[in-house]
Amino acid sequence: MNYLQLMGLGPEGWGYDMLAATGTTVAVATCGFFTGAVLGCLAAAASFSRYVALRASAKAYTTILRGIPDLLVIYLFYFGSSSVISAVAALFGADGFIGAPAFITGALAIGVVSGAYQTEVFRGAVLALPRGEIEAGRAYGMPPLLLFRRIVLPQAARYAIPGIGNVWQLVLKESALISVIGLVELMRQAQIGSGSTRQPFSFYLTAAALYLLITFVSGRGFRLAERRAMRGIRRAV
Amino acid sequence: MPLDFPFLYETLTTLLGGIPLTLQLALLSMVAGTFLAFGLALMRVSGNWWLDCPAQFYIFVFRGTPLLVQVYIIYYGLSQFPSLRHSVLWPFLREAYWCAIIALALNTAAYSAEIIRGGLLSVPAGQVEAARACGMSKLLLFRRIVLPLALRQMLPAYSNEIILMVKSTALASTITLMEITGIAAKLISESYRPVEVFVCAGATYLAINFFVARLFAGIETLMSPERRNLPASTSEKQEECHV
Repeated sequence: MNYLQLMGLGPEGWGYDMLAATGTTVAVATCGFFTGAVLGCLAAAASFSRYVALRASAKAYTTILRGIPDLLVIYLFYFGSSSVISAVAALFGADGFIGAPAFITGALAIGVVSGAYQTEVFRGAVLALPRGEIEAGRAYGMPPLLLFRRIVLPQAARYAIPGIGNVWQLVLKESALISVIGLVELMRQAQIGSGSTRQPFSFYLTAAALYLLITFVSGRGFRLAERRAMRGIRRAV
Repeated sequence: MPLDFPFLYETLTTLLGGIPLTLQLALLSMVAGTFLAFGLALMRVSGNWWLDCPAQFYIFVFRGTPLLVQVYIIYYGLSQFPSLRHSVLWPFLREAYWCAIIALALNTAAYSAEIIRGGLLSVPAGQVEAARACGMSKLLLFRRIVLPLALRQMLPAYSNEIILMVKSTALASTITLMEITGIAAKLISESYRPVEVFVCAGATYLAINFFVARLFAGIETLMSPERRNLPASTSEKQEECHV
């Protein structure tokens, strides 16, 4: 069987499986990315808080999660939630190991990791705002929430786009690690395919090409978004 | 939940056994990757389309695909070719250890190449012109003027890359290597106590990365004598930018 037949959409081909797995990859990466965006917003807000405890916990979160391997975090979430589920099931009379749903635990794990990176991006974006704007808003008597919604958010979102684009690429590539806990995304599908056809190179190369396609297209998307968001701003370079 | 100190202690000592392998993987791939990156960076700044284009493509491919795919292509994928299985390279490519190092080196080369290129481009044109006016040959100019300035400029980004590399060595555990993460995964599946094992393994990585960060901060201070006598507030700000 040649390569085109192997990866084709015919009855013998693996094309549909690989495309479906690509969809799963995009889905799990998107879920993880948005989980991370929520966590990143919260932690960035905490890092500007006037309470030391909140600032310290935001700092600890970003330092720790950016300093340890993602694979370790995925293992923790998978085995951690599996042991909780197994313990709960044991109360109802079941015994043995019950695996946690791989999609949710995987998305959560990469969400928590990407949240740490997004915290730094959001922090940098807010710090890039001219101080005078915030002071002026305050001088008008805006309450903090209104100030955030009207002044900080629209401008910080603009500055955050390039950094957020980088984090998205990171999340997408990290999602390949979720294959180790058994979620059938692109990487796992390639493993399954190469196991049953003994053509590992063809499968992993196809997976690599599909990843490249997603990163390329989304990179283009982010660049367009950046250009659009920055259209009203004069830049030195 | 009470802390089980004997278990934590035992876990930590078992995990410490994985540190040499983790450091070996990081160090060897870093050294090989830097040489490759240097070549790629020179190709990028050469101004010659035939050199620039392949380098750009290499960087695009290796930065755009997950490291795990790269590791698998080298470790599992290459065995698809019988001619390679019978070649002199096979004793190396059969070993998970060398495959991990090759994959990590090729991957870091793509990222470091851009860092080195940024460093080379950051050298002020005036400095190069002055050196040329002094009559320095191209090689001497590169060695005495461009390289030291570029090295200093790219240190912070380079230390980030090394920390990323230390974290990336965890992927070697997926191809049977028993470095820190490999041992941690084994301990978790043996003991069903993921949280304790995770805390110990995480602390080990954090300690290594903290050491790397301090080391590079030290080198940076050594390499920037002009900054040493600045008032405390400015030097603090400088540090913040690099975190």
